[in-house]
Parts: sequence; C-alpha cells; structure tokens
Amino acid sequence: MTYIIVIGAGVIGCSVARALSRYQASIKVLERAYDVAEGSSKANSGIVHAGYDAVPGTQKARLNVMGAAMYPALCEELGVPYKKNGALVVAFSESDRGTLEKLLQQGLDNGVEGLEILEKDALRAMEPEISDQAVAALHVPTSGIVSPYEMTYALADHAAINGVEFALNTAVESVSYEDGIWHVRTDHGEETCRILVNCAGYDSGRLHEAMGGEPMEIVHRRGQYYILDHPDHMPFTHTMFQCPTKMGKGILVAPTVHENVLLGPTAEDIDDPLDTETTSDGLAEVIRVAALTWPKISVRTAVTNFSGVRAHATGGDFVVGAVGNGKHAYEAAGMESPGLSAAPAVGEVLSEQIASGEGLARKTEWKPMQKKSKPFNEMNAQERTEAVKEKPLHGNIICRCEVVTEQEIREAIRRPVGATTIDGVKRRTRAGMGRCQGGFCSPRVAEILAEELHVDMTEIRKGAPGSELLVGTIHEAMKGEA
Amino acid sequence: MTEERVITCINCPMGCRMTVTLEDGAVVKVTGNTCKRGDTYAHQECTMPVRMVTAVVPVEGSRMPLSVKTKSPIPKAMIPKCMEELANVRLTAPVQAGQTVVADVCGTGIDVIATRSIA
Amino acid sequence: MRSKKELVIIGGGPAGLAAAIAAWEDGIRDMIVLEREHHAGGILRQCIHNGFGLHRFGEELTGPEYAQRDIDRAKELGIPVRCDTTVLSLSEDRVVSCVSQENGYEEIEAGAVILAMGCRERPRGALGTPGTRCAGIYTAGTAQRFVNLEGFMPGKKVVILGSGDIGLIMARRMTLQGAKVLACVELMPFSSGLNRNIVQCLQDYNIPLFLSHTVTRVDGRDRLTGVAVSEVGPDRKPIPGTEQYFECDTLLLSVGLIPENELSRTAHVQLSPVTSGAVVDDSLQTSVPGIFACGNVLHVHDLVDFVSEESFRAGHAAAAFVRGNLKSGKTVRVQDGKGVRGTVPQTLRTDTGENVRLMFRPDAVYKNAAVRVLCGDREVAKRKQMIFTPGEMAVVDLKADVVAGLDQDITVEVG
Repeated sequence: MTYIIVIGAGVIGCSVARALSRYQASIKVLERAYDVAEGSSKANSGIVHAGYDAVPGTQKARLNVMGAAMYPALCEELGVPYKKNGALVVAFSESDRGTLEKLLQQGLDNGVEGLEILEKDALRAMEPEISDQAVAALHVPTSGIVSPYEMTYALADHAAINGVEFALNTAVESVSYEDGIWHVRTDHGEETCRILVNCAGYDSGRLHEAMGGEPMEIVHRRGQYYILDHPDHMPFTHTMFQCPTKMGKGILVAPTVHENVLLGPTAEDIDDPLDTETTSDGLAEVIRVAALTWPKISVRTAVTNFSGVRAHATGGDFVVGAVGNGKHAYEAAGMESPGLSAAPAVGEVLSEQIASGEGLARKTEWKPMQKKSKPFNEMNAQERTEAVKEKPLHGNIICRCEVVTEQEIREAIRRPVGATTIDGVKRRTRAGMGRCQGGFCSPRVAEILAEELHVDMTEIRKGAPGSELLVGTIHEAMKGEA
Repeated sequence: MTEERVITCINCPMGCRMTVTLEDGAVVKVTGNTCKRGDTYAHQECTMPVRMVTAVVPVEGSRMPLSVKTKSPIPKAMIPKCMEELANVRLTAPVQAGQTVVADVCGTGIDVIATRSIA
Repeated sequence: MRSKKELVIIGGGPAGLAAAIAAWEDGIRDMIVLEREHHAGGILRQCIHNGFGLHRFGEELTGPEYAQRDIDRAKELGIPVRCDTTVLSLSEDRVVSCVSQENGYEEIEAGAVILAMGCRERPRGALGTPGTRCAGIYTAGTAQRFVNLEGFMPGKKVVILGSGDIGLIMARRMTLQGAKVLACVELMPFSSGLNRNIVQCLQDYNIPLFLSHTVTRVDGRDRLTGVAVSEVGPDRKPIPGTEQYFECDTLLLSVGLIPENELSRTAHVQLSPVTSGAVVDDSLQTSVPGIFACGNVLHVHDLVDFVSEESFRAGHAAAAFVRGNLKSGKTVRVQDGKGVRGTVPQTLRTDTGENVRLMFRPDAVYKNAAVRVLCGDREVAKRKQMIFTPGEMAVVDLKADVVAGLDQDITVEVG
C-alpha cells in the first residue's frame, strides 16, 4: 500500500507531490494522461500573476500573492525559464477607469507591490505599439511569465528524484473509504492508500464529492490561443491585459519566456473537458479582440494555434485543504487562473497541512534538483565549445529552428519523468516548437525516441495512445498488410 | 468512329493543352502543340501511353530503402503489375546505382534499376 | 576553434554543390561546403521520381541520380564537403559559426560566403486551420522523407491540401506504395504544380483535384479521423453550405515553400518581402558584400536545372570576389511591373559586358501573352509565351548590349 496517493499530475499535483516528498511517506501520483502537464497546465497563458485581481481575503488572493513571490527563487532552483517582465492592464475608455481603480485597491489590499496607474503618455512611452485608443493602464511591475509545462516537468522531476512514483496512463474511475483505507479504482486496477489528495483539475469536482465534500460544480472553460514566431522586435515587453470582464481577464498580448508572441485566450464554456479543438470563430475572436491592444497585429507569422480547458469552480474560489470528515483526504480543486501562479504556494500550504494533520516526519535528506544545463541555443561560443567537448552529441543539431541538440533530446527522454513522445520531447526541449513545426526534425526525434525507449519506429506517438506517427513499413503497405 | 480528346502535354513546363482527333483509335490530327515533341507525345499518349515508374524497395541490412526506376517508360497499364513485382523483391546490401533490381519487369523487356547505391 | 577559408558554402544540396564546383573551376581551392545532413545532395535525395536534368543534362534523371552527378564531380575535383555540420550563425563580416560532433564548435572567417540553405515547407500552424492537433498531419516533404528515406508509411487514407509539386508527387507515391488518396484540395482556382504532375500524379490514378477549395476543419483527438472541405469564393473564404467530408487518417500539406533565411538574417542580409529571399544583384551578391545567395534560399525554383545554373553563376561571382575581380559600378534597379512578382535579381550592373537572365513568377494565369522589359518608356526586351502560370517560373533574357544601354531603372511586366 502506498501511504499517499495524489490524483492528477498537472502543475498543482506535481507541486503538491514535490512538497510532500520532503516527508517520510511513500507517494504515488496517478495521472490519466500519457505525460504530466497534459491538461490545463500545458495550455494556458503562462503568466505569474501579481495578485491584484483576486478578491481580498479569498484563497485565490492569498495563494496567488504567496505563490508569485516564490517563483523567482523556485524557477532558479528548478532550472525553469521565468521572467519578471511586468504587466499592464489597459483601459480603452474613460468608463474603464473605475475598473483600474478597483484593481489597484484590490492589489494594495492583497499586498501587491509597486502598483501605479499610468496615463496615456507614460503608457505609450513604455509600450509604443499600444493602440491609440488606450487611455490609461494599471502598471504591475511584479507580474511575470513562465513556461507552464516546463515548470510542471521540473516539479515532477524533483518529486521523482525524491522518491515519488508517477503512474501515467492511469485514469481514476472511483474512490471509496473503508476501514481507514482509501480504495482507488483505476482503469489499471485498484490502488490503496492511507491519505488521498485530489489535484484532478477538471475532474476535481467529481472527486471532491466522492471524498465526502459538499456538491461542487466545475465548469469547463476553453481558451484558444495563437503563438507567433520570434519577431525581430517584440511588440510588447510587458504582458498586455485588457480591462477584465466577468468571463475572465480578456485577451492578452504577451511575450513568452522563449520570445514568441502569445495571443489569447477566448473564454467559452464547453461540455467536454477534453475538447481542446480550436474553431474558426474562436481564432477570429482572438485576432479581433487582441487588435484592440495591438492595432498592427498580424498572424502571418503564426507558428501554431491551440486551446486549453480550465476548471472554473462556480463558487469562485480555490478549494484548498482537507475534505470530508477526518478521512485523511485533502484537495486543491477548482484551480483555474491564477492556479499556475498559486501552484508553488498550494504545494507548501497543502503539504504542511497534511504533514501536521497526519503527523508526518521530515526526511533527514531531501535531494536537490538535478542541475539542468543551459539550453545550447542560449550558450555563447565558449560555452558551446565546452559543451560539445564534454558531450559530443551537442554537435548534432536536430531541431534547426530552435537549435536543439541530440544530447538535449536524449537527456529529455532520460529525465526522471522523461519524454516518451514527440510532443513530450517538444515541450521539454523545444524541438519542433519553431517555425517549421517539426517538419524537418520530427523524423529524427522519432528515431531517437525509438532508440532510447527500445521500441519500433512504428510505435512512436505524437502524444496520447492512438496518435502513432506511422502506420507501418512500406513493405507491409505494398503487400497490403499495413 | 471519330473521337476528340483534350490532353496536356507533359514534355516541358509549357504544358500545352492539345486537342487530339482519333478515328477508330488512330490519331488523325493534333492541334495546340507548339513543337514536334507535343505531336509525338499526343500520338503516344492516345495510342500506347507509357510511364516511368519510380518506387522504393526495402533492402536487408539497410535502414534506408532503395530507390528504383524503370530503365525506360513502361506501358501505363502495367504500373500496378510492376508494383506487385516490386513488392516481392528481396535485396541485400550492398547495392550499386544502376544495378538491375528486376529484369524484364512484367515481360515488358524493360529492367527496373537502382537509382542510388547502398553500402 | 577559429580558422580562415577563402570561401564557405552553406548547404550541400544542388545549389551549394554547383556553386562549389564553379568556384573550384575558377581556381579557388581554400573552400569548404558545410552540410547539416549526413549526406550531401539536399532534398533531391528524397525526390526519387524522375524528371530532373532535362535542361542541364539532356536526359531525365531521378533526384538521387541528379544529386549524385554533382556529388561525384565535387569528389573528383577534391572539394571538401563536410556533412553533419550545422551552421549556427553568420555575421556581417562573414564569420561562420558552426558545430558538428566530429569537430565541435568552430568559427570560420570567410573571404566570401555563398548561402545555399534551400527552403522549407509552410506548416499547418501558418495556415491557421482550426480543429484538433492530432497525429496524421504532415507536410508533404516530411511524408516523402518517411516513405522514401526511412521506408515507413505515414498513413493509409490520405487527403492532400495544396497542389504544389511535392503534394502531387506524394499523391502518386502514396498510391503506388499502397495508400488510398481521396482528394487533392487547392485554395486557388489554378494549381501551382507542373502540368506534367497533374496529369501523371493525379489524373493517372483518378484522384480528384478540387480547385478553389480548402480544408476548413480537421477532426480526430489522437490520430486524424477526417477533414471538412469547402469551396471558397473569390475572396478565398469558405462558402457556407458547400462542405463535404472526407474520412481519412492523413492530411498532407503542400501549401508553399519558404526560403530558409534565418542565417541570412543573422548577417543582416536585406530580404525581399516578395520572394522571402535575399535582395541580390546580377552577380547574386546580397546587400552584404561578399555574401552571395543561390538556389531555393534565394527564391523558390520549380526546376533544379535552373537552381544549378544560378548556382554556377554565384560560384563564379564569389570566386571573382575572393580574387578582388568582381566588377562593380553603375547599377539599375529591377522592378516588378504589372502581372509580375518577385523578379530576381533586383539590381543589375550595367557595365559587365555580360548577358543577364531575369526570373520571376506571374501573379496569375496569362494566355498568349508576352513578358516585356521596360526602361522608362523604352521596351528593351520582349518575349512571347503561350501561357504564363504562377506555378511556373518565367524568364526573360537581356543581351549584354541591352544591359549596357540601360540608363534608368527597369520594369518587368506580363500581359
């Protein structure tokens, strides 16, 4: 029997598992998908919000501000790209001024530092590409950007280094509590544990009730995005928000940590949480609304479009803490935005609550994160010379658009929670993230995966089971066998 | 019986659209061509169409399959049979470019040859 | 490690090899060709169909055979071609930085540089086609590589979006190797592929070509399960109510090629927004002295024969630059007139005493038309042609005496 089971390997589940790995307990993370970060965690805006938009006194406000403060040091420790680029919340009419004032006051109440309202001239001086329609903006200097899936991978790796076991491709069907033991039925059989932690994203409402919580409604809210190629000059250095509406924070225009331009998201309530299609209407809306901020918008350099589904709890707040009555059950449910920003804090707060409630003792040694080497793409001449000398496979550039080496791809597959698919390699290394979208490198990446995983080329998948790249060999096809 | 067929000349990038008049299966008139080669092609295409066939076949001992071609064009109707014969080819590395892979494919008198070498 | 070379050629495909051969023939010995793949030959290696070389060799070769001729010639001459070597950047003062497993990271100070990196395919993301991001969507070239170089089939039931030559060729390849190709869908009212390919790759196999149609949605959560195809109006927007559905496991994209000029950008080479390649003069020298460009990195060609021909000229010019013999002097600009897009070269030296060939793409189909070169009001060259189509690069030649007589900028037009 495992002592603790965490359901869900998104950024929340991985953060909680990592924080729990400081304690003396066996821990297993169950994840429906084939990889960690496969739900909302891989497809969101990648913003570390400063904490001005949550209502003071809520869990959202407290955990957001606390989490955001943890980001710089945590990303440094885990080797995750993060940048404190600041944000601007832009008002496009005088009637929006009230909203800016309200956000400013909320921010002050929540303890966000450095907030100020900028008038048009100061705003244009800061961001010359901003629309002429902009009248004022709330300047949020502590807002940051992060690669959300790289954050999740790093949290998972660090957890695994400290003994956490990850069971991927394992969907939880039901849970029940009998005689002090949790029985977790999955599509791969039954697991048992003493302590159960629900970090199941879109599924967190169902589990919340099954674990003894009051009925909880989760709405699946889809957001569609465009990613643009690295421009010669970033149109904006800040994350450019529009004044929020009740459906969300509006459509943003933002740089990413990898110097792409991100546009989105839309906010559409949908029935199926796995429906991450993009639609022509949704993509058109992204462009139309983003153009308010950025009149010179052009998606001619679009690299891709995608969508993600976030779990919105109709109660409006995060639900973090113990659930049920003395059943050794805990949860972090309804983790919509600013869930990514709050994730480090959720890990700390929830693990401490579990440890004190369950009397867990600290391990004498908590292993540090494996030192991750600097991406080859970001190295200078001297560093590149050394890198290839030390590891000659850095001399083989596999992804020419993003300059990713064979060494980096092999290391991504060999990580504690390593890549097993083309998309897994892509998100861990950026191979295939560039302007050719894997046209040149995906056959090579597939070969490397087949070698590392000791499987046949025809078993290599883009992502989930069923997404095999190839249907067989030409020989089989010619014989009518493929 | 008179029949008119409109075909596109494939000899060069010009791609002349030619009108071919046939009587009882024999070409009697070609219009729309700009050069003699068009006329020849129209006769050929409407009476005895031929095609080069290129394909790849697996080679034991090599990751890369071998690219092959018919040494000269074969009757168009023979293409499926030609591919069937190629599906049964068993080759082992090394292979030299120009080497015969299938002799007299489908009884056409034309060989299929390798178009690259595999060491 | 830092070294010096008189000439560095980036890319060992047909363009780079031809340029190297020409420069060698002009006496340049201190040179190197840098190739990122394991073999020289470029994309021709996977183009196993025939039809290459009619202009240059007077016979039809397959891609591997055409490539092998240049590889053999380079070998015979002793031209050093270094494979498995990726160029990472190029500076304005012609320092080439590159990396390989064998030689590590290197910087080469080059007397002259020839850009011959070729082009890449436009991917799905650039089209903005909505739907899922499932497996089974490939550019035609990626599928070609899987089939022809790796021996794997990427799918069984195929729809092809775009009627570019690679797409047409892959329609036949997939069919011959046992797949079912359901349709070829083209946004424009005409195909951008060669007629010969439409006849021999689609018509021969009864594969329907839907002109003025596009894929409006892709379905399938893990692997592609189908695509929706609609007719488009003159504005190229889908017409409601015209949707038809194809169940398929594979969508191949043949929707345009883009010169791969990332390195040119690092050297601040001026690029043309029309060709996406460098702006060059008739010696194929770019805006940066000593950096030349040829082949598909300069502008996308239809025929490799023309790539080779252009690249020989680039090789000769680069050799002259290295020797200090490249003529410079009075120049005139070449502008795109009515019906013409992306004329290369964009400037002409008027005092070289050499003939010049201008290449461009018509912006639409013109029948029984002529290409004219105007110098002010004066017509300096004219050539009639039965048909101009955007899918076929058009040329017009200027005799040396005509070039010498140019006293102002010239315009190329078709009509």
